[in-house]
Amino acid sequence: MICQQCEMRPATLHFTKIINGEKTEMHVCEQCASENGDTFSFSNQEGFSINNLLAGLLNLDPAVTENYKQQSQEVLSCPTCGMTYQKFAKIGRFGCADCYKTFERPLIPFLKRLHGGNYLHHGKIPARIASNLHLKKELQALRLNLKEYIEKEEFEKAAELRDHIRLLEKKMNESREEEA
Amino acid sequence: MSQDLFFSQPVSSWMRQEASNSDIVLSSRIRLARNLTHYLFPTLFSKEQAVEVVRVFEQVFQKSENTNQWNLHLLKMNDLQPLQKQVLVEKHLISPNLAEGDNDGACFLSEKEDLSIMVNEEDHLRIQCLFPGLQLSEALSTANKVDNWIEKYVDYAFDENRGYLTSCPTNVGTGLRASVMMHLPALVMTRQIHRIIPAINQLGLVVRGIYGEGSEALGNIFQISNQMTLGKSEEDIVADLNSVVQQLITQEHSARDALFKTSRLELEDRVYRSYGVLANSRIIESKEASQCLSDVRLGIDLGYIKGLSQNILNELIIMTQPGFLQKYSGGPLKPQERDIKRATLIRERLTINKNIN
Ligand SMILES: [Zn+2]
Ligand SMILES: [Zn+2]
Repeated sequence: MICQQCEMRPATLHFTKIINGEKTEMHVCEQCASENGDTFSFSNQEGFSINNLLAGLLNLDPAVTENYKQQSQEVLSCPTCGMTYQKFAKIGRFGCADCYKTFERPLIPFLKRLHGGNYLHHGKIPARIASNLHLKKELQALRLNLKEYIEKEEFEKAAELRDHIRLLEKKMNESREEEA
Repeated sequence: MSQDLFFSQPVSSWMRQEASNSDIVLSSRIRLARNLTHYLFPTLFSKEQAVEVVRVFEQVFQKSENTNQWNLHLLKMNDLQPLQKQVLVEKHLISPNLAEGDNDGACFLSEKEDLSIMVNEEDHLRIQCLFPGLQLSEALSTANKVDNWIEKYVDYAFDENRGYLTSCPTNVGTGLRASVMMHLPALVMTRQIHRIIPAINQLGLVVRGIYGEGSEALGNIFQISNQMTLGKSEEDIVADLNSVVQQLITQEHSARDALFKTSRLELEDRVYRSYGVLANSRIIESKEASQCLSDVRLGIDLGYIKGLSQNILNELIIMTQPGFLQKYSGGPLKPQERDIKRATLIRERLTINKNIN
């Protein structure tokens, strides 16, 4: 996404402002955002700052925002890349794939705002992961069947199924190792 | 093929192919954002990792089957002159972000210039396919083919719930940005565009004018793209965009019909005046040039002007950008010199086109 102001640099700040009930989406780069501080001020807030832009987008009341600020200073920092929640709020970009897990809780409302209420992926799955997902689902179903056989004391069938499950588990572990 | 062609020929060969709805839709583009696991994203990775990421993809594309299939040329940003990078940006083959970036970025470019794979842009990988006219599904299927083939050799950062993990959460999920460039002169002339854009925004799509020097919108060209990347399948995203584009085509056609009925003479006058300006001026600014080009292109669509290629608009809009003008004249140009060069180039182009046809 390109900055709406300069149409040159990539927009790293995305926010929605609501003035008199009219909603406007804004996508700007950091430079334009800091150069145009006045234009972007929120109707009911004092001035513009990059931090309250994202806070605005997150649509959190000030109490919750404060809470996150405190929490994130102490807790929320990505173990893999060291990204903090403040830094993310400032630059709008993550440092690594694990950031998505680290910041999952504050991220979900943010994703919903960005993607029309959605926060779950419903698209393409890489082939290797797809076959594993398929196996995982199959295994879940088979384990339920196994439980039923045991409850009904149909042990011969249960033993057969147990062997089949072990085979599938082995297959899944192998493909995981291949991936790693 | 010599790599020089990437920088010297203004019109990519993909642009020359016949395509559906190409009177109104200039091009269709699909972009997929991907990242590798086990490497930090470009926001934070080290110089060593940046170089390593390029090397990983270099190895993938060196597999003989791949090279043969796509005829990819590796262009490392550090090896290019600033002017060469600017030309690639003007041709939409790389992003300004990659050209200006400091990430040891690279680009694998197909000979037809219909496939551009950017490395170390905002994400490790940005697969971009360009098609003429309205061909979003075709572009998506090509992008998917490339994606599947890369995926055989590398591990993408992917999560069951969030999909493809990207640097910016605005791209997460499918990592897909689908966009079309549309020429909508009649909707602009009849001022309908002002009520259409907010309606399109309501549907979760983004409309942008195409900008050149300064911030003036060029030649009534608009880019329409999806905003959401999460929660919908790739096919649905493309289908939704496609249906909105179809409606815009219909509306532009009916606006043209209405203009033709109510102001036929004025329309004709405008087209021929603009043609006159382009064919005769000695100094022309980019804003005036692009408006006149838009009129002339409309004149071609309406059958007033014969013997000129429909591509004239796409072609000259790219050719009259600062990077190309300077490439064409072989050195840096001041703004006034650019306006002179622009006028010369357009005059030459109109003559050549007339003679060929
Ligand atoms: Zn900007
Ligand atoms: Zn991280």
